[in-house]
This record gives sequence, structure tokens and C-alpha cells, in this order.
Amino acid sequence: MKLKLHVWRQSGPHAKGHIEEHLLDNVSPHSSFLEMMDQLNEELQSKGKEPVAFDSDCREGICGSCSMVINGRPHGPWKGTTTCQLHMRAFKDGDEIWIEPFRAKAFPVVKDLVVDRGAFDRIVQAGGYITVRTGSAPEANLTPIPKSDADTAFDAAACIGCGACVAVCKNASATLFLSAKVSHLAHVPQGEPERMKRVKSMVAQMDAETFGACTNTGDCTQVCPKEIGQNHINTLNREYLRAISFDNSNASANTGSAG
Amino acid sequence: MFPSAVGSKLLMAATGLAILLFVLGHLAGNLQFFGGPDVINTYALHLRDLGPLLWVARLGLLAAFALHLSLAVSLTRRNSLARPEGYAFQTDFPQSSVASRHMWLTGWLILAFVVFHLAHFTFQWTHPEYRELHWKASDGREGHDVYSMIIKGFSQPFLVGLYIVAQVFLWLHLSHAVSSMLQTLGLKNPRNEKLLDLAGPVLATIIFVGYVSIPLAVLLGVVKPIVISSG
Ligand code: HEM
Ligand code: FES
Repeated sequence: MKLKLHVWRQSGPHAKGHIEEHLLDNVSPHSSFLEMMDQLNEELQSKGKEPVAFDSDCREGICGSCSMVINGRPHGPWKGTTTCQLHMRAFKDGDEIWIEPFRAKAFPVVKDLVVDRGAFDRIVQAGGYITVRTGSAPEANLTPIPKSDADTAFDAAACIGCGACVAVCKNASATLFLSAKVSHLAHVPQGEPERMKRVKSMVAQMDAETFGACTNTGDCTQVCPKEIGQNHINTLNREYLRAISFDNSNASANTGSAG
Repeated sequence: MFPSAVGSKLLMAATGLAILLFVLGHLAGNLQFFGGPDVINTYALHLRDLGPLLWVARLGLLAAFALHLSLAVSLTRRNSLARPEGYAFQTDFPQSSVASRHMWLTGWLILAFVVFHLAHFTFQWTHPEYRELHWKASDGREGHDVYSMIIKGFSQPFLVGLYIVAQVFLWLHLSHAVSSMLQTLGLKNPRNEKLLDLAGPVLATIIFVGYVSIPLAVLLGVVKPIVISSG
């Protein structure tokens, strides 16, 4: 296949970026999107040009690092798929493809398509943990959990923290991500001790990181590679309402690291 | 202390719900127009008889509006600051409705209409002649002839058009707002999700049809003027 690529180039965090055009020939429909990017970079390097910087790690859809917006969609046109799992057969010969970084104030561009998603780490640090008794592993069936709760917690735990929800949201809100973390731990007894404090601290941290608020448009679930549902946002709202009504402890946003 | 993003949305939903309840109550009242002059004019008298209670409701509504509005400003500001640079390529959105992406716009258009509507029918600044319309009940009580005012008001095609256009904006706002509010308040679950997602468009349509029926009925001559005015 022959493709016309429009790629965002930005030499550094404070540099001014621009869209750069590249023609790429002999792209196999069997290659993955990232292999196509590798091919582009090899060509650029052979011409002595700077390759396009982009994030990737596992290339099997589980680490969440391959952040790109492809033709206006985070992770491209396929549903429930990360960029690394997207294949070039999703496109046809002669197609034009626009490739841009995730856009959010909280995700500053580091270089080209690479953005800093440290804000997500800080949200998790603010409350996405549990108190556990260390030592020998507990008996597996000691704490029974209803099947439906276990399933819901598991659905939420599928979140890989890729940031596609933020990238697609008209408000650059991290609500779907945050709700997955809160809902996961709210559905299992292990999350009980910090339950109230967790949601307050994580919400406060989301604000401190300059993410937007949720308008419930539903776009995030559509682009989420793990298809995290809107029901988790429901859970987040309920957990938050409960926490501000019944818990007097102060939320602690880590504003120092919010950049 | 300023509420968080999630807290702001909870307040947005609560104030929106309060205004929505008024919109429904106001509609139920207005539809009494179809009962004829005695019905709606008596209803207007009863409202007036509420006295201080009416003022409590009015102030409550005003407060809800003020809070809804200021939160709309702070949320919209927060949201636009969250993405200083947009995408070069954006043709469509995966799911979001046009209504959900234009709440800010439809909100202000509704406000503009509410201000006009108050100036028109409530304070009658635009049409001081409405103030001359009097009505006398069979029991001898007297009041404002709301019935004739509505007929007079909606005999002007321009005004009918304006009211209908305003209802389109209200429809847009509510078609997203109602379902969104149910999610903000945490009332959705996987079992009722489909139903609650329908609630917005369905309720918005009921409200639209209800409100639009009055000006249309007058303009199309379905409801004829009944001369009872002494003024
Ligand atoms: C008849 C009058 C109105 C009613 C019944 C109403 C109702 C609602 C409801 C129920 C919501 C949903 C809240 C949620 O998502 O949880 C909402 C959202 C919203 N309203 Fe209104 N509203 C009205 C007027 C206004 C006005 C005058 C403005 C002024 C700008 C406004 C601006 C907004 C905005 C911006 C949102 C979206 C907030 C967000 O999700 O980001 N509304 N409204
Ligand atoms: S590279 Fe790990 S999910 Fe794509």
C-alpha cells in the first residue's frame, strides 16, 4: 500500500510543533500500525532525518504506552484496540492518515507523539492503593466476593491507563480512568479501609492535574481499548457523594507535582 | 472553597433537576389553557393566593438558576483550559451527541429566552396592553385574564416562531441533560442503562410537544378567543 502520512513533529516540550507530510510506499496490510511507523522511521533515518518519536512497549495491547491519535481517534479506527494491535488492513491503498499526540494540558508533549502521562501515576498515588497485611499469602477462599461484584471489579481493573479517554474527551477529562480505579477497589472488600478517603483524594488530584470535568458524552468508552463502561462513572459519582456526605477527613491533592 | 470537578457536576445535576421540576410544573399549569378561560384564570388566581409560599418557590428557583449558571461558567472554563491545543484532524465523534457537545450554547440561548419570556408575559414590559386584560369569575372574584393574554400573544406569528425556536434549544439541552443527570447522580446501572439513556430524549420530546402545542393551537386557530375581558 501507498500512504500519505501527516505526522505531528515537535522537537521538544517547549518547541513549536507542526504537521509534517510523508509519502510511504510498500506498506504491508499485514503489518501493525507501529510496524508501519517503524518503516517510516527507517526511511527517515536512511535519509539522515530525525525519526518520529513515539511510545511503545509491549506491542500486545496490555501496557497502554502506544499513545497516538489516528485520524482523530485515539488508537485509530478499530474498537477495543490499542494502536499496537491496530493493523494496516484497517486502511486502503492511497489513504491519508493523520497522526497526532494525545492532547491535554495534563499530558504535555515531550517530543513528536510522546506525551508525559505522569499525571495518571500521581492520581493513582493519591489513592489507588490498599492496605494489605504482608507476610504469607492468605487462603484463597478466605474472603468470598459475590460474582457480580468480582466481575465488575475485574472489568474496571482491565484499564491499562493509556489515556485514550482523556485524548478523546472534549473536556480532556480523566473521569473514565479515575472511575475505573475507584470502581475496581470499591467492589472488593480489600478496598474498604481507604474507600472514602480514596475517592476524595483521587478526585482532588485529578483537579490538581488540570484535567477537565465529565459531561457524560460517552465518547471515552467508545475509544477505550478495554471498553471500560460508563457504569464505572456512575459508581465514581456515587462513591464521591457518599464520601463528601459521611467522611470528614481532608482530601490531599499532591499539588506540588502537578507541574 | 470551590467544589471539585465531580462535586461541581453533582451540583449541576441537582440544580438542573430543580429547574427541570419547575419546567414540568410550569408546563402542567400552562396546559390548563386548553381547559378554557375559567380553568387557567382560576389557576392563576390560586397561584397568586399562595402568597409567601410562591415567593419561596421563586427564590429557590432563582437560586438554582444562579448556581447552575455560575457552575456552567466555571466548568466550561475548566474544560477549555484542559485542552489548550486541539487536533488538526477531527471529522466526527465516536458517540457523543450534538446536544451533549453544545450544552454551553443551548444553555445561554435558553437563558436569553427566559429573560424575554419574563419581559413578555410575566412583567409585560414588551406589551403593556396585556395589563388591561381583566377577568371576573362566576363567584365574583377578579383577576388577570391570562387566557386572552396568551391568545393575543400568540396571534403574532413572529412571537410564535420565537417561542418554538426556544423550545428547540430546550429540547437539545434536555435531550442530553436528563440522561446525563441520572448518571451524575449515580442512578444508572447496567440493567437500567438503556432505559435511562432514553429518558432524556423522551422527556425532552414530551416537554417540547407540550410547550409548542399552546402557541401552535392559537396561531392555527384551533383555540379561538373568547371575549370575556372588560378591558
Ligand atoms: C430550563 C432551564 C435548564 C434546565 C432544565 C437545565 C438542566 C440541566 C441539567 C439537568 C443538566 C445536566 C447536569 C449533568 O450533566 O449532570 C444541565 C447541564 C448543563 N447546563 Fe443546564 N439547564 C437549564 C438551563 C441552563 C442555562 C441557562 C445554562 C447557562 C449557560 C446551562 C448550562 C448548562 C451546561 C453548560 C451544562 C453541561 C455541564 C457539563 O456537563 O459539562 N443550563 N442542565
Ligand atoms: S505498546 Fe503496549 S499497549 Fe500498545
